Amino acid sequence: MKILVCIANVPDTTAKINFTPDNKEFVSTGVTFILNPYDEIALSKAVDLTTGGGTVTVINIGDASTEPTIRKALAIGATDAVRVNSKPRDGYFVARQIAEYVKTNPFDLILCGRESSDSNGSSVPAMLAELLGIPCVLFAKRLTIEGTTATLEQEIEGGKEILSSPLPLVAGASEGMAEWKIPNMRGIMSARTKPLVVIEPIEVPQHTTVKSYDKPIPRSSVKLIAAEDAGKLFDMLRDEKKVI
Amino acid sequence: MSVLVYIENVQGKFKKSTFEVISFAAAIAQKQNLPLVALSIGDVSDEELGKAGKYGVTKVLKAVGDSLKEMNVQPYASVIAQAAKAENAKVIVLSASFSGKGIAPRVAIKLDAGLADNVIDLPVMDGPFIVKKGAFSGKAFAFVEISSDVKVISMIPNSYKVVESPGSAAITIFETQIEAKDLTVTVKETKRSTDKVSLPDAELVVSAGRGMKGPENWGMIEELANTLGAATACSKPVSDAGWRPHSEHVGQTGIAISPNLYIAIGISGAIQHLAGVSSSKVIVVVNKDPEAPFFKAADYGIVGDAFEIVPRLVEAAKAFKSSQNG
Repeated sequence: MKILVCIANVPDTTAKINFTPDNKEFVSTGVTFILNPYDEIALSKAVDLTTGGGTVTVINIGDASTEPTIRKALAIGATDAVRVNSKPRDGYFVARQIAEYVKTNPFDLILCGRESSDSNGSSVPAMLAELLGIPCVLFAKRLTIEGTTATLEQEIEGGKEILSSPLPLVAGASEGMAEWKIPNMRGIMSARTKPLVVIEPIEVPQHTTVKSYDKPIPRSSVKLIAAEDAGKLFDMLRDEKKVI
Repeated sequence: MSVLVYIENVQGKFKKSTFEVISFAAAIAQKQNLPLVALSIGDVSDEELGKAGKYGVTKVLKAVGDSLKEMNVQPYASVIAQAAKAENAKVIVLSASFSGKGIAPRVAIKLDAGLADNVIDLPVMDGPFIVKKGAFSGKAFAFVEISSDVKVISMIPNSYKVVESPGSAAITIFETQIEAKDLTVTVKETKRSTDKVSLPDAELVVSAGRGMKGPENWGMIEELANTLGAATACSKPVSDAGWRPHSEHVGQTGIAISPNLYIAIGISGAIQHLAGVSSSKVIVVVNKDPEAPFFKAADYGIVGDAFEIVPRLVEAAKAFKSSQNG
């Protein structure tokens, strides 16, 4: 089985987020970048699915600065990697670049994280599936494959559903799909020599542009309630905040 | 020209988040001076559909058919795109629910439209069309301009108020064409817990962390949640340990929520957890460690042992509820 895993390079989950004084750009100086946590679940699943045979290709849309993250994906167990040499402008741009690659390099299964932790977008998997004319299951918590059929468990409003889909398919990985894998020494050593192909992006019309960023207003200082007065909480929430 | 809102039903009924998204779309339609058309897919009674009229919809399109009985992303996206073309919709609004998140990107591709997902406030429409959305896992907001002629927006539940406006809506059947290629995914089984409040839509959330010491102690958390009519949630270490299901995990790598009230019990407040809950309107933190970082991000704090405080809160919540009903 040939699997493609789409990976994003995002600020570390513990990173403090800062912007330039005009609020137009994210300041990446001093910020560690990591493999998007959901993409790491997707990659771990892909490695599990190919233990008996098959290949896992990772694809990233990014400039050369994302290569350490790509090497980490190779260390976790991907067979080879493709980098589309451009900053990821928006979800549509990313989906078009991946679709373009997949049209000439078909896969049985395409795995993505269910969303990226920087743009908080979850548009890439479904856009990619639409461009390729194949199904997409975005919130997949479980995935099993038998022959050319995938069975998935997906989160829905107030519950879950079990779906059956033919391959090829795009699946968005949620927590529970696979255990995170930690690269071992052999993986780290071999990652250095695994193939990483760099290709140039195609032209794509731009429909959306980030104009500026803003940070939430910090909460005013906490109002402490003594433990013995805990029971007064709900009256306070009603009278002072009107939330209940 | 029009604004089109997709009105999602769960088992034939509209939820509060559906009326939020209608109210949101109505405000956009009013600003753009365009009529608001709603599209419903699947079996919904005319009585239920008529409710859309109370929130500013003038026309409800009803798409029904054997292949549309169960929510299925591909045929649903196709029907929404067909309706958008038929109504010459300039803005298409959906809820950023689980199904909405799967549908909206497909609709955008079909219509060659720009997509803004997870929008949290009304767009600015004087000049460029600019939406506000969450970014960096709740640590920031991004203002995104959509420059395409047709625009698709998905709105986060709980981020806009339900606004009634006098009026009524005419209900008409919308004829659709579903292609076989859109019907390859089959739903084999659906499991819904009807007795619990769904977490992403919940107005009140009671959440607990490692401070609860073990899954056997969740009874009091559930009792507090049930008394308040709240959904239950948990921190990442709790779902990782298997004490609670992953679907309850809120935080950067779990579900991001924006309820009116978030009560966090025995959760220290790591930055990844705060990212997922910081857009809650009011945050209450119960923790025995007065140095817990969560207190800095809280509106109300109670320093004390959960096993002592939670039973008091349950008792007080019961008294509060009975005084409300009485």
